[in-house]
Amino acid sequence: MGDHHVSMPADILPHLTVDAVEKRFGGVVAVDNISLAIRRGEIRSIIGPNGAGKTSLLNTISGFYRPEKGSIRFEGHDITHARPSEIAERGIARTFQNIALFAGMTVLDNLMLGRHVHMRAGVLASFVYWGMAQREELAHRIRVEEILDFLELQDIRKQFTSALPYGMRKRVELGRALALEPKLMLLDEPMGGMNQGEKEDMARFVQDVNQKFGTTIVLIEHDMAVVMDISDSVTVLDRGRKIAEGTPDEVQRNPAVIEAYLGAGHQAGAAA
Amino acid sequence: MSEFDLQFTLLLVTSGLMIGMMYALIALGFVLVYKATDAINFAQGEFVMLAGLMAAVSIDTSLPFIVAVLIAIAGMIAFCFGLERVVLRQLLGRPIIAVVMATIGLAALIRGASTLSFGPGVRALPLPVSDDPLFLGPIMLPPVQMVGAGVSLVFLLGFTWFFLKTRMGVAMQAVASNQTVAMGMGINVQRYFALAWALTGIVSALGGVIWGAMLGVDNQLPLVGLKVFPVVILGGLDSVIGAVVGGLIIGVVEALAAGYFDPLVGGGTKDFVPYLLMIIVLMVRPYGLFGKRKIQRI
Repeated sequence: MGDHHVSMPADILPHLTVDAVEKRFGGVVAVDNISLAIRRGEIRSIIGPNGAGKTSLLNTISGFYRPEKGSIRFEGHDITHARPSEIAERGIARTFQNIALFAGMTVLDNLMLGRHVHMRAGVLASFVYWGMAQREELAHRIRVEEILDFLELQDIRKQFTSALPYGMRKRVELGRALALEPKLMLLDEPMGGMNQGEKEDMARFVQDVNQKFGTTIVLIEHDMAVVMDISDSVTVLDRGRKIAEGTPDEVQRNPAVIEAYLGAGHQAGAAA
Repeated sequence: MSEFDLQFTLLLVTSGLMIGMMYALIALGFVLVYKATDAINFAQGEFVMLAGLMAAVSIDTSLPFIVAVLIAIAGMIAFCFGLERVVLRQLLGRPIIAVVMATIGLAALIRGASTLSFGPGVRALPLPVSDDPLFLGPIMLPPVQMVGAGVSLVFLLGFTWFFLKTRMGVAMQAVASNQTVAMGMGINVQRYFALAWALTGIVSALGGVIWGAMLGVDNQLPLVGLKVFPVVILGGLDSVIGAVVGGLIIGVVEALAAGYFDPLVGGGTKDFVPYLLMIIVLMVRPYGLFGKRKIQRI
């Protein structure tokens, strides 16, 4: 993936712009004056030791946290103070660090919920125009089946998510985010806690999504081998601040990055 | 067991199931709000009374019965919407005790205000059905119970279909399951809170009419709402099916206590046996028959 340039051509606006964003919790500055320019169609990894503010940054982008300072723009719209549901409607989907599937539902139902933002028939309309609602349902179902095929989840679509193995559940969560047909996906440790085989599968799916649908991807990941392999560019955070940014190669050689990892008692590649 | 004894037991159980179905209806209102918004509504009984009052006053002004029912439904939906918007939304994110206290205060307010406005007397809320008992095989049942149970059953079935099969119902399940993720999926969580309260309004309206028809409408009617607690503790606070099964069990237990224990001790066991059962359930299975076992991380 080294064929992309990290520097942005002047005539193309970034897909997502985070500008000098600050998020505080009491006296703790979780996100400290961070700016990002994510290019359309890139895979951007956000790395950093535990407590670096990676998830806080993702939560701020997706509207769960309200930043004290700074602004966030997506496709030219200011989404700094938009509600999470509005941000999802604009085309930003996300997954969560701890698997957050709806437990009492099947894989299919979970993915159908991902279609929620695209469902137009309101409750009254769906009672009055039963046929229309049914047709709409069918169209969504077809889309969901395509995603199930794409992620190789066909065999388990009628299973309850609580019964699935860990790696599968992570994949279902990716599928649910994908069902939104997002333009940008925020993935919070999509390979966290996976074994090597599961990680390789997930890395392949993330790349496939990026290439097949052109989805811009921002992911938090700890496994350096994966990060270096699939990312177009990498942003490194430490204690709420951005300490480095660049291509995987550039970042790996950056002394500040090595210092942050070793200083925090971590070894690059071994952090979990 | 003689044939008479058997018939007597059968009568108690059937009657208990009918009453239980009516408990289940009210319990559903309570469970819906708890599932969707985590709020414990101590004013559920008062909602029922308020709805009963709306219907009874409408009938007193010689409106047709069906219009009175529609007024109660529309009135309760508006009341619950308003309550959610004006009071409960402000308490979002506060400790759960804030909501509990608010609903207890609201309960006292509804009881007081309705007595003040409409007087303390009992108002009749006659259903447009004959008073002649109906025979179901060897069992004789008051029609008012049959209608109450029938209305409850139809609503519960309709609601189950809505909850499991429609996209709004499924989204509502998602909100109940995990609000954060539901938001991330583009679901407007506030809208589903409002929907849960609106459904509680409908449940309360139907409950107010059928319970008001059985017992008459006065400030004793909210006591029916207190039965919701043993029902939902038994069934599980967050379970729709639990509300139904819990309602049926409490109804039958109550009827059996009334039939077998009350004559021995001179009455009164019917009123506390459900709560006794509730305490036992809390000791052995605190999350109820169908409730989610919450895993607390320490």
